[in-house]
Amino acid sequence: MKYDIILAGVGGQGVLSLASVIATAAAEAGFKVRQSEVHGMAQRGGAVMAHMRLSDGEIYSDLIGLGTADMVISMEPLESLRYLPWLSPEGILVTSTTPVKNIDNYPEETQVLEALKKLPSVCLVDDKALARDAGSARAGNMVIVGAASKSLPIDMTYLKKAVDKLFARKGDEVVQTNYKALDLGSQVS
Amino acid sequence: MSETVVLGDEAVALGALHGGVSSCYGYPGTPSTEIMEYLIENSQNGPLASWSSNEKTAMEEALGTSFAGKRAIVTMKHVGLNVAADAFMNGALLDIRGGLVIVVADDPGMHSSQNEQDTRYYADFARVPLLEPVNQQQAYEMTREGFDLSERMGVPVLLRLVTRLSHSRAAIQTQPPRAENALNKADNKQDWMLLPANARRRWSSLLGRQKDMIAYSEKSPVNSLELNESNRERAVITTGLGYNYFMENKGELTDQPSHLHIGVYPVPEEKIRTLAAHVKKLVILEEGYPYVERLIAGLLPRELKIIGKLDNIVPLQGELTPDNVRPALGLPERNAAVASSMTLPGRPPQLCAGCPHDDTYKVIKEVQEELEESTVTSDIGCYALGALPPLGVPETIICMGASITAAKGCAEAGLKNVMAVIGDSTFLHSGMTGLVDCVSSGSDVTIIIVDNETTAMTGGQTTILPSSRLEQVVKGIMGDGEHILTIPAHRKSHEENKEKLRKELAYSGVSVIIAVRECIETARKANKKRS
Ligand code: SF4
Repeated sequence: MKYDIILAGVGGQGVLSLASVIATAAAEAGFKVRQSEVHGMAQRGGAVMAHMRLSDGEIYSDLIGLGTADMVISMEPLESLRYLPWLSPEGILVTSTTPVKNIDNYPEETQVLEALKKLPSVCLVDDKALARDAGSARAGNMVIVGAASKSLPIDMTYLKKAVDKLFARKGDEVVQTNYKALDLGSQVS
Repeated sequence: MSETVVLGDEAVALGALHGGVSSCYGYPGTPSTEIMEYLIENSQNGPLASWSSNEKTAMEEALGTSFAGKRAIVTMKHVGLNVAADAFMNGALLDIRGGLVIVVADDPGMHSSQNEQDTRYYADFARVPLLEPVNQQQAYEMTREGFDLSERMGVPVLLRLVTRLSHSRAAIQTQPPRAENALNKADNKQDWMLLPANARRRWSSLLGRQKDMIAYSEKSPVNSLELNESNRERAVITTGLGYNYFMENKGELTDQPSHLHIGVYPVPEEKIRTLAAHVKKLVILEEGYPYVERLIAGLLPRELKIIGKLDNIVPLQGELTPDNVRPALGLPERNAAVASSMTLPGRPPQLCAGCPHDDTYKVIKEVQEELEESTVTSDIGCYALGALPPLGVPETIICMGASITAAKGCAEAGLKNVMAVIGDSTFLHSGMTGLVDCVSSGSDVTIIIVDNETTAMTGGQTTILPSSRLEQVVKGIMGDGEHILTIPAHRKSHEENKEKLRKELAYSGVSVIIAVRECIETARKANKKRS
């Protein structure tokens, strides 16, 4: 069993902590995990992307082959389109619908949404609204994890444990908010 | 034995800590930065770990530790090895006592670098061994092994990483740590003084040890050769991450090729000959330059067909991927199954909103607009992003420290109103010597040190000297204080700053303007820590 995920977004959106929740949960659930990160320039605002591979056997490559990813998860709608070449025909795209317009030539928002709706298997998430409902505008990335959880081969209990592990330092309130964000995300169809 | 999930860089750091390292030196540079960060964070009460002014000073400090008989590690990115090259090439001639491991992280694909150079050439150039891990586990083991090898052969050992490994996470098994070496100063000082007579003797000793290095590489289980007797058509040689991409695709091959992996250099010539004698065609997958490919083309019989980067079947540029090695293996290309017809605009990195450099560049830009002619050279750091729209100010970005010296050249060639932009950390790295040159020849340049009180681009390491000392350093070089001024890099002072810049441009001689305001990212982190 192997499960390949492309994670995408814009620098500063919390893509790495999103990745780390899934990776921690996957390891807890008994998978081998390899994850390539995007480091480098400290500034925000550039496109970022990471590869994550889960498997119960040996994983050699850190990179996922074109047309073979089981899932693309994106914190930004335009960025989700950028990484479609990696998605397998049976794969699913889980993406935020909240645009980050820090470039002059950002395409028409409706055009981006149209392109997304045409995909064979897609889950569009209004993470901004749901994060607010959960109690923190910053919990958008956990809403997205929640939305992805239905297709991930990882049980929700492991995801919650991972949230616990990663946010415990910040106090119980933060943990509860992120739990709620996960739950609200998981109800998106 | 315990299992931990680490970055490739962190695996190296752990390998060093468990390998009995006593001193760790380096200069930050993506993708190598996290090695030192981990060492600094995890070496309390243990070995010394600290940043140096630049890669050359780091290398020389490590040589000092080795002279004292203790183990040392030096970390840098590939272009940093150019800075350290003088010390590195000479260090190879010394009688290395305490194990010395030089970790260099290459950046094929130029994720955040000015070039793609391949560090394996430096190992060959200096005639020292190089180890090249394919995953986090090997990165850990090879670092430990590197110290032993260095002590056994009496030479520095290079460890080559690439971005994809430095910045990928996976679990590793660790071994019990080894104690640090006792203090044990080199007993024969003739072997540490490179006067011509000694150097000639040391050079011939180094050449004499080549056969031991090759024997080591020939025997190393890392350089593994698997011969498939039933397939005499085609064999594969992999190096570095080429191994992973080969293994990833191997299952799809109907006729399993014989396979030699090379992770310890100098290359195992016997194993290569054995493999080559076995087949008609050789496929070579290596991360970086076609180093092995070019090397062995001369070793092998002419009839043998070599498939690799030289004929561009494997791309000569950028990283290897599980996809781009497929044609060389005779596998069909994989295509994107789902695609969108929209053309997607790029999204390059930008200066953070509110970055102090932004304010300084706006001052420069507006003053430039008043001038008939002007030139701006930039250096390596966040402020290099000022070259992208909407600012688009700098005209040259060459290498660390080169803004000041390039500006000198521009001015001396006859260009007017020449300005050099350089960061505080870069100024201390290798800008200072350029300032010495400018002062010595009285060049007509205006140097703008953008002092954000940190090494921002690599994540906010502290600069080697506190920023408050910069002005004194500049004064020490320039002698008088008249054309040295410190200004706040702030919107509030925009008009005054413009006026000051105009005045310094009008002065014909060296001026230094230090524009100060802390990077908002490090300020934010510091605030968080306090609260
Ligand atoms: S990290 Fe600091 S110096 Fe770099 S762009 Fe952001 S604010 Fe500016």
